[in-house]
Amino acid sequence: MSAPHAIERELKVEVRGLSKRFRRGNEELLVLDGLDLEIARGEFVCILGPSGCGKSTLLNVLGGFEEADAGSIRIDGEQVTRPDPRRIFVFQDYGIFPWATVRENIALGLLRRPAREREEIVARYVELIGLQGFEDSYPGELSGGMKQRVAVARALAVSPEIVFMDEPLGALDSLTRLAMRRELLRIWQRERMTIALVTHDVDESLQLADRVVVMTSRPGRIAGIVPIDLPHPRDPSASAYNAKKRELFGLLGVRADV
Amino acid sequence: MSVTAFVTAALAAVAIVASRGLRQRAQAVVLPVATGVLLLALWHLWAESTRYEIATPGEPVRTVEIFPTPHRTLVALRELMSDGRLVRYSIASLFRVAVGFLLAAAIGIPLGLWAGWSTRASYSINPFVQALRPISPLAWIPIATLAFGIRDEAAIFIIFLGSFFPIVTGTMSAVRSMPVAYVRSAHNFGLRKFELLAHVVFPAALPQIITSLRIALGVAWLVIVAAEMNAIQSGLGFLIVDARNMGMRYDLVVAAMLVIGAIGIGLDFLVRRLERIDSVRWGFTKE
Ligand SMILES: Nc1ncnc2c1ncn2[C@@H]1O[C@H](COP(=O)(O)OP(=O)(O)O)[C@@H](O)[C@H]1O
Ligand SMILES: [Mg+2]
Repeated sequence: MSAPHAIERELKVEVRGLSKRFRRGNEELLVLDGLDLEIARGEFVCILGPSGCGKSTLLNVLGGFEEADAGSIRIDGEQVTRPDPRRIFVFQDYGIFPWATVRENIALGLLRRPAREREEIVARYVELIGLQGFEDSYPGELSGGMKQRVAVARALAVSPEIVFMDEPLGALDSLTRLAMRRELLRIWQRERMTIALVTHDVDESLQLADRVVVMTSRPGRIAGIVPIDLPHPRDPSASAYNAKKRELFGLLGVRADV
Repeated sequence: MSVTAFVTAALAAVAIVASRGLRQRAQAVVLPVATGVLLLALWHLWAESTRYEIATPGEPVRTVEIFPTPHRTLVALRELMSDGRLVRYSIASLFRVAVGFLLAAAIGIPLGLWAGWSTRASYSINPFVQALRPISPLAWIPIATLAFGIRDEAAIFIIFLGSFFPIVTGTMSAVRSMPVAYVRSAHNFGLRKFELLAHVVFPAALPQIITSLRIALGVAWLVIVAAEMNAIQSGLGFLIVDARNMGMRYDLVVAAMLVIGAIGIGLDFLVRRLERIDSVRWGFTKE
């Protein structure tokens, strides 16, 4: 681009007036109520909110797995109607297939590529997630952190433009979770895809996100959007970090002290 | 004779009680062996208690048991081996079971996958599967005989029915209980219909399919005996009826029962080996 300031933030995802309700018997549950949200290309956005506020529902609708009742979702200006390999969803669990080896799992989106190319791509992503030597292992033989890395590698292997993650680190112990956050950041800084990650962990959103979208519960609305303009790595004891933390807790309506 | 059996039974009982002090691995050997010996000795004592005497003029008095002793059963087993009936009849029964069972698997697995996947298929297939399932395969014997005559086909048809329903039902529920995330991932990565079936639905259902095959083969082997009792001229079921009808040979009856049990264990062992295939082991290990 000749003009460096021309397109600083290129709009990738545009959500307008999104509503979603579930019917349970003859009861109606309004889960998402008129959400507006924009995500820029290459941005790392965290969606933060208490359990049951509709984060998964929002992400499922964004991923094209569920239909909205009102409103629109455009990605690159195109209406989202179904899942698409350009936007890969990483599930908290059950994402990778227990019957397939690490290699086969990562190759899931590459079935129609020539075998040679497929092997090259798999090898590249096995290396990226540091699982060399485990190519022929089954998920049952891997630790939780390793499984989650396989899920990430499987997603990245198809070079998606967007990765949606629904509490991807939720099942891990706190030390592994820290290591995995670092890993996620490293991969994101290298591949520069757009990431929308759902979490209920304030520190997780603070350490990962460019912007944190805070949701309220029942019905899910956006309580506020907080840009986290802190350089990586982010030190949780820094005062700027803690100022942001207080802001997030404030939006969640929760006291941080115990 | 009785005394020996008594002493043997007592020793076996003592071994069972005394094994408490042994290590677990030793108990794993001692307990089944001792229990087996105890049961054999009790069987012998009981059979002896049914002994009676036959006095034929001009001949020495013979003693015969109404129920065969373990020893007489063993002799009968040897008779069956040496006159070739054991192998011939076992093969005849196994052949019928194999054909009926494989036919049931070949039709039941695809049908179960389809009915588990498609709501429309389930609406049309499931009510009839559920309605026919509780009918014992043995109830079909008259119909089978009417349709196929007294031939292999009739027994094969009975075996088919006995294995078909567990396989369809098991496969169907396997597909239905599959986590949504599997299918969503597959759609997400752009898998087409056949790829979805081959790479996701089938492998996800496979452990439960194997379990249903195991149940089905068990049922098939249970049912074959009755299916062959119905005037077919070969097979282990025929052997049992024939041995009784032709001269009250209860020693042959019991020998045939033992063979049926042993083959049943062997079949189950074979199916269980399927559980060790790498890509299904996840379905059989609980964390
Ligand atoms: N398929 C569904 N049918 C009915 N209710 C649902 C369904 N999915 C989610 N819900 C309800 O919607 C609300 C939001 O759920 P979810 O999006 O999973 O929340 P979160 O991911 O933030 O914990 C919850 O109250 C949940 O019970
Ligand atoms: Mg959730």
